[in-house]
Amino acid sequence: MSAVTLNNIVKRFGDFTAVHRSSLEIAEGAFVTLLGPSGCGKTTNLRMIAGLLDPTEGEILIGGRRVNDVPIHKRNLGLVFQNYALFPHKTVAENVAFGLKYRDVPASEIPGRVQDALDLVQLPDVGERYPKALSGGQQQRIALARAIVIEPDVLLLDEPLSALDANLREDMRVELKRIQERIGVTTIFVTHDQSEALAMSDQIVVMSDGRVEQVGEPEEVYNTPASEFVANFLGASNILDAECSGRTGGKLSLDAPIFGDLSIPAEKAPNLGGAGRAKLVIRAEKLVLSATPAPEGTVSVPATVETVDYQGQAVRYFVRAGETQLQAINMIDEHPFAAGAQVHLHLRPQDCAALPG
Amino acid sequence: MRGGGRMGWNLVRLWTLFVYLFMFMPVAVVVLLSFNASQFGSFPMTGFSFRWFIELAQNEAILRAFRTSIVLGLLTSAISTTLGVLASLALVRYRVPGSNMISTFLIAPILVPEVVLAVALLLFLNFLGINKSFTLLLFGHVIFTLPFVILVVQARLVGIKRDVEEAAMSLGASPVQTFFQITLPLMLPAVLAGALFAFTISFDDITGTLFWKPGGVETVPTQIFAMLRNSISPEINALGTVMIIMTVGLPLLGVAIARRLATKSGG
Repeated sequence: MSAVTLNNIVKRFGDFTAVHRSSLEIAEGAFVTLLGPSGCGKTTNLRMIAGLLDPTEGEILIGGRRVNDVPIHKRNLGLVFQNYALFPHKTVAENVAFGLKYRDVPASEIPGRVQDALDLVQLPDVGERYPKALSGGQQQRIALARAIVIEPDVLLLDEPLSALDANLREDMRVELKRIQERIGVTTIFVTHDQSEALAMSDQIVVMSDGRVEQVGEPEEVYNTPASEFVANFLGASNILDAECSGRTGGKLSLDAPIFGDLSIPAEKAPNLGGAGRAKLVIRAEKLVLSATPAPEGTVSVPATVETVDYQGQAVRYFVRAGETQLQAINMIDEHPFAAGAQVHLHLRPQDCAALPG
Repeated sequence: MRGGGRMGWNLVRLWTLFVYLFMFMPVAVVVLLSFNASQFGSFPMTGFSFRWFIELAQNEAILRAFRTSIVLGLLTSAISTTLGVLASLALVRYRVPGSNMISTFLIAPILVPEVVLAVALLLFLNFLGINKSFTLLLFGHVIFTLPFVILVVQARLVGIKRDVEEAAMSLGASPVQTFFQITLPLMLPAVLAGALFAFTISFDDITGTLFWKPGGVETVPTQIFAMLRNSISPEINALGTVMIIMTVGLPLLGVAIARRLATKSGG
């Protein structure tokens, strides 16, 4: 049985449709990320699950129970916000104990459970302090402790790392995942940050304009994007118009500009039926610049480097091959190529994916 | 250039000083003369004495006016604050149709000259065939103290993030519990400030009160006004001093309490 089910959910605000008809099953104990740019409907979905918004159509089930008419305070959910939303007039311990007061927890057990939660988020000694005496990262840990101490059926995280600075964000990412695995709570995480989504999720739900574009494991979503939007949103991709000439065995034959005939594995193009117009998707990091032509089995095309965007351990090139501009992200071996350099673009056909044209 | 600038600033300072003197000298004189031992409420002072305060405390009419003013002020404050908090909650937290118009409508009594408001309410009640009464007077005071409460409470409520209330509800608190556990404590400084505003405005109002009060009922300001018609008694100076202490001291006390609460809650 799934922990959370969205059944033909639609959400409209007046004439504007924030979430188009969509259904979703979230497995017990899973870490599922709703990923998309702002305004894609991911937060609307989360707020409907939380009970902060009512769906216009469709039903929401939590643990198999229909909750459309259950108000938020009776849904037993843990909710963590981007800006922490701690109660400023209560101490940290009072904040964490807040949810326990509304449950059948004997008063004598409350301090122990609060302390356990604080230990879990590795802030055992701050119970007497007020939230404003803590840093942003610490406040977010307390918010997390407050949400999990009530043993929620589902933990809902609304961009919880976005307000933190870059280094802290990566630490918290690991920490959050550790805590989630330890307590095993079903978690729905909303973010616009693809690296957070890829690093933490069991499943990613990519959304755009109120529609679900793709649902899958991080690797699947990354390597086999189901749409042009997914290909562009997760990482950087080159998308070329191509012509599919048919399927032979487990391979699809594609004719693309610049690269010519490519034979790619069929599982890299699950939505492509057969012969006809197609789109070739090449991840920027799969396109390798080299001073020498490629070995056997790898396609090699001459190109000119136009722009070099140096990023430290990696470099992003914009290159021109014929009439087409392509981008490539390569790790740096000694020195990057300079703008104007003549190079060979190497591409292994099995690294490509294809979409219906 | 520089010397000229300094000269200019000195003139500005001097001018400011004059403005302050003009504003506060009369008040200072009232306070000073209230301690005058002389029979007459004017200079020269003949000695320091509390006699006018003692006479004040023995004047039945003034004591009655004081009681009326305080009861009126407390009731006005309680009603205005309750209505103001509810109105602010509705306007800030819920999508009320025409909320902008309602907001303007509630604030309007500040913008309408008090005399106009006073006459309008009186005529309206005449039209309804209702006589002047203490309830009417109270009603009038509520009308023109309500905007102040709403302005102060609304400003604070806008600053309280909805997330905090949503967090409380997600943890199991019902909307009513959330209000008393989270929203009210967070907006308490503004609620207290609004209540104090309402009290002091009601306490020293005279225009509306003159129109609305039923015969035989006097508040402190109308009582002073009545006494002034006969003569300027030194008692009035003493009464003025007491009024100043109340209307200046109370808000200051309120601000101090609000600061206290705000620091504790991390405002």
